[in-house]
Amino acid sequence: MPNIKIEDLARIQEQVRHTTLLREGAGRAKITVHMGTCGISAGARKVMDALLKVFEERDIKDIILTTSGCAGLCSREPMATVEIAGQAPVKYVDLTDTKIREIFERHVMGGKVVTEYALAYGSERTH
Amino acid sequence: MEELSLHILDVAENSITAGARCVQIAVREDLPSDTLEIEITDDGQGMDAATCRQSLDPFFTSRTVRRVGLGLPMFREAARRAGGELTVTSAPGRGTQVRVIFQHSHIDRQPLGDMQTTLVTLIVGHPEVRFRFRHRKDGHEVALDTADLETAEALSAHDAAGRARWVRNHLRTVYRHL
Repeated sequence: MPNIKIEDLARIQEQVRHTTLLREGAGRAKITVHMGTCGISAGARKVMDALLKVFEERDIKDIILTTSGCAGLCSREPMATVEIAGQAPVKYVDLTDTKIREIFERHVMGGKVVTEYALAYGSERTH
Repeated sequence: MEELSLHILDVAENSITAGARCVQIAVREDLPSDTLEIEITDDGQGMDAATCRQSLDPFFTSRTVRRVGLGLPMFREAARRAGGELTVTSAPGRGTQVRVIFQHSHIDRQPLGDMQTTLVTLIVGHPEVRFRFRHRKDGHEVALDTADLETAEALSAHDAAGRARWVRNHLRTVYRHL
């Protein structure tokens, strides 16, 4: 490993700070793939991998992609949560690589919730 | 779980939930002694002796510590089916180490599988965490440390798409020698 200079460290720190900022708030959307044991055994890594490939193909820069633990509904895994800035988060269930690509296209890019893959749509109307 | 790299992803995700800033993953394949060893070491919050014991009990779960549930019991079963064993060493404030050993040639040993996708998922999903990965096989070694100057610089210069591409290319290159 080459010698690290103080300037190098400062530059890296600045770059990391920049990407962290993007991660923490500046993204226009955030996608969280749930990676609990249940999610992983149901295929969450495939869902994540499909998303990563879409990000790479399209060179997506303004969307945060992350993973988290079990979302509490193990029988409906793999699950992912899509949050568009300023809108309510949507939980998608029973995902596959094809479904997540479609969700990316229609919801993240197109702005329309893919109701047929969402956990629930609307709430508490009784008539 | 059909491959060991998925178990590794599961344990590492638990490490991160436990507050780890650094997760070390070591894979050692030693053909003369017919062993495959996997070690995941983190600097997360750790567990006391009772929680540590319970983490191997599939009927125990705790939403506060999270290193519990079916994950470790299933990993241990995978090891036992292949003539091996899983041990957990942990202490509060001292992090956790999960060590799993398999008989390499055992017919029921699951394949390591797609380690590269496991690493890409971890590194891209958690840019704030340091990952140190080593895979040794018969004297040859593949290593990736996200805090290495060159690697940290390459990763910090990219967004999620760029990081994924960089990690994939890097692993493809280094794995050519293994």
